[in-house]
Amino acid sequence: MSAGQLPRWVDLGLIPFLNLAAAFLVSGLVVILIGENPLDAVKVLLWGSLGYAEGFGFTLFYATNFIFTGLAVAVAFHAGLFNIGGEGQAYVGGLGVAFACLALDRFVPWYVTLPFAILGSAAMGAAWAFIPAWLQAKRGSHVVITTIMFNYISFSFMVYLLGNVLKKPGSMQNETRTFEDGGRLPFLNDIFPSFGFGYAPVNLSLFVAFAACVFVWFLIWRTKLGYEIRSFGANATAAVYAGISPVRIIVVTMLISGGLAGMMAINEIMGSQHRLLIDFVTGYGFVGIAVALMGRAHPVGIILAAILFGMLYQGGAELSFEMPNITRDMIIVIQGLVILFAGALEHMFRPAIVRFFTPSRALAAKEA
Amino acid sequence: MSEVPAIELRQINKSFGPVHANKDIDLVVKKGSIHGIIGENGAGKSTLMSILYGFYHADKGDILVDGTKVTIADSKAAIAMGIGMVHQHFMLVDNFSVLENVVLGAEDSAMLAGGLSRARNELKRLEDEYELRVDPDALIQDLPVGLQQRVEILKALYRSAEVLILDEPTGVLTPAEADHLFKILNVLKDEGKTVLLITHKLREIMAVTDTVSVMRRGEMVATRETRNTSMEELAELMVGRSVLLRVDKTPADPAAPVMEVENLTVTDSRGVQVVKDVSFSVRAGEIVGIAGVSGNGQSELLETLSGIRRATTGTLKIAGETIDLGTSTLDAADMRDKNMGHVPEDRHRMGLINSFAEYENSILGYHRDPAYSKGLLMDIGAIKKAAVEEIEKYDIRPPNPMLKTASFSGGNQQKIVLAREIERDPEILLIGQPTRGVDIGAIEFIHRRIVELRDSGKGVLLVSVELDEIRALSDRVLVMFDGKIVGERGANAEEGELGLLMAGVEDSQMSVAGGAQ
Repeated sequence: MSAGQLPRWVDLGLIPFLNLAAAFLVSGLVVILIGENPLDAVKVLLWGSLGYAEGFGFTLFYATNFIFTGLAVAVAFHAGLFNIGGEGQAYVGGLGVAFACLALDRFVPWYVTLPFAILGSAAMGAAWAFIPAWLQAKRGSHVVITTIMFNYISFSFMVYLLGNVLKKPGSMQNETRTFEDGGRLPFLNDIFPSFGFGYAPVNLSLFVAFAACVFVWFLIWRTKLGYEIRSFGANATAAVYAGISPVRIIVVTMLISGGLAGMMAINEIMGSQHRLLIDFVTGYGFVGIAVALMGRAHPVGIILAAILFGMLYQGGAELSFEMPNITRDMIIVIQGLVILFAGALEHMFRPAIVRFFTPSRALAAKEA
Repeated sequence: MSEVPAIELRQINKSFGPVHANKDIDLVVKKGSIHGIIGENGAGKSTLMSILYGFYHADKGDILVDGTKVTIADSKAAIAMGIGMVHQHFMLVDNFSVLENVVLGAEDSAMLAGGLSRARNELKRLEDEYELRVDPDALIQDLPVGLQQRVEILKALYRSAEVLILDEPTGVLTPAEADHLFKILNVLKDEGKTVLLITHKLREIMAVTDTVSVMRRGEMVATRETRNTSMEELAELMVGRSVLLRVDKTPADPAAPVMEVENLTVTDSRGVQVVKDVSFSVRAGEIVGIAGVSGNGQSELLETLSGIRRATTGTLKIAGETIDLGTSTLDAADMRDKNMGHVPEDRHRMGLINSFAEYENSILGYHRDPAYSKGLLMDIGAIKKAAVEEIEKYDIRPPNPMLKTASFSGGNQQKIVLAREIERDPEILLIGQPTRGVDIGAIEFIHRRIVELRDSGKGVLLVSVELDEIRALSDRVLVMFDGKIVGERGANAEEGELGLLMAGVEDSQMSVAGGAQ
């Protein structure tokens, strides 16, 4: 019995919704346990993330990060690869952005720098994914293991670079100099002042993220390479039968995946921080796994899941401000629950739902 | 005899959406008998057995076990009622021993040791009683399929099954292993067990069953005493019309060779030589059949020629080129470029991607063809159009290119593969097990297509473990045994002679090696 015959709206809508509902239910219990009213908490969370333009701007800013890292994980999923290295690839991707900005920001406007920053971040992210990809393709070393290892390598590597090589002379901070205007993407608040995004750092990278979604959709479902990636992910033996080289698919897919993760740095570094600094990724790479799972590895799903996690980040910050009992750590617990239900327990409700929907959906030829 | 039947089904109905998979099924299975259920793929046999084993629940109807009306909630309940099932695809843990597999799920306590030693004694008793010899400490992965199946039977018996359902048990077996299985089934019957045998092979029904029920399109169309019926009658009942079991074809008119293989040797990942110094050629306009018990190097031969597997040494002459297979890095795509088509032996593992839509599978391996792309993008419109043409030409049902491939029946899946490979007009077509798990109607169709391809002047290399198929289609027969070609015969080779060659026996002393390879 395969579980593949669910109506699309169930697979893409109902199941994620149920997972989310379960996560919030348990979160509500946690909130009750620490003596706060869960309904009030939900109100604060929703208002803080969607209720006013500036809050929504923050939500979108976080969502931009999650779109990039979510797409990265999703592309690898389609080839049957589990890229857990988004964290490190995004971090190293920051180097590509910083190099472009530091080199150009004093001479050209931001829209000239941007293509270089995109290329640079994608190239650095891809480079960081290359060794795990190569080891998987040639040696069979599992990417799950090697990409995690490469996350740790990247942490130390970046600290070394920022502390010893790229540091602004005479500064105690492990960071580069601040970019001039040529290395800063416009904030949406400056482009659309009437929206009132205020101090929210949401910037043009959001549109780069949307473009990346379109790119991934075309890549996966409309190109030969995407066809080969999906073939390899669904049935590697059949892919070899079809003359598709596993080495090529593993390496190319991981490069694309790493490149997308690397592009997250555009939002953080060129869009918001305007300098390369330590620890700017702070978990966005890992959350990308949950975003990809929840978004069913489809760009549309990923945008929705990214906004949801953006809401949790932003609304959660408001929540810990409004309800001092709910500390920052509690917010992480709630986020963790969403990841748990949407990611790890993604299949919890599925069997029951499949049973519920199967009689009306299964086909004659099921028997074999 | 007014004995209570082991199993009785009354008016069982089961629908999947608009599809009535089981329609008013009545079935009475006598205790201590071997009861066959035969029907084409998609006739509803597996659905019916899944209902009996608790995988599905009937929409309507009653199940009686030993004369008592029961509800079978799940397979656990079925086991508790003494119903055991041996699945087509074994449910064994490869890196566990036989003993561990038998006990799996039936451990009596948290600590294994006590249960295991009790199980060992019980297993010994079962082995003696039913002549089911297996080394309890052997790992499943080291056993040939025939023995793995024996472990499945032991599992069911260990759980005190009185009724044993076997779903297409011989699909994966060599003829010798199948014969041995039938012996086992007879012993089980003699010991009072009841056996339900699901198959679409007439020969097996005739060989081993006492009673046979025929299903067609979800209905039970007839039940016969096996000794009072014939293959022809059953075949007619199955498809609702009479079927030609033989293929009409004219003698071959072969021209120049389109493929020549010389001194091919293939070593597998364990370092064992699986193809040993094989040389042969296939000419345009002929079908060369490779007969042999499965596992004698045929699979590796096909995979090597089609560019999937690397050879150790050997040369291949094709499309005017001489390729040193020992050093070549040509992959399957390169071989397709040399006009070689390949219908692989196992369509699920290799020939199709089950989660893809039909039209996506219709170009697997040919997706780089410029006819299917528009610049960087694939031309989905052109692909679907070609898929629809193939669907019409090959009568693939249901005729829906958007449908997931897993939703097609075995015969239709095979037609998808065949259409894909034949419609690209190859000069040489490699075909492995063209009709494995395919119903009679589709077998006829597939055989006709293969002969048509030959008649249009193409070369065909056919590998099949079905001797009937080899004999019906081939213009020349090569027999493989232990990685070597041990004999070559003409179009009208005798079955007995080929059988001896397949068993590796050159002279007339026939000895059946009981199941072991």
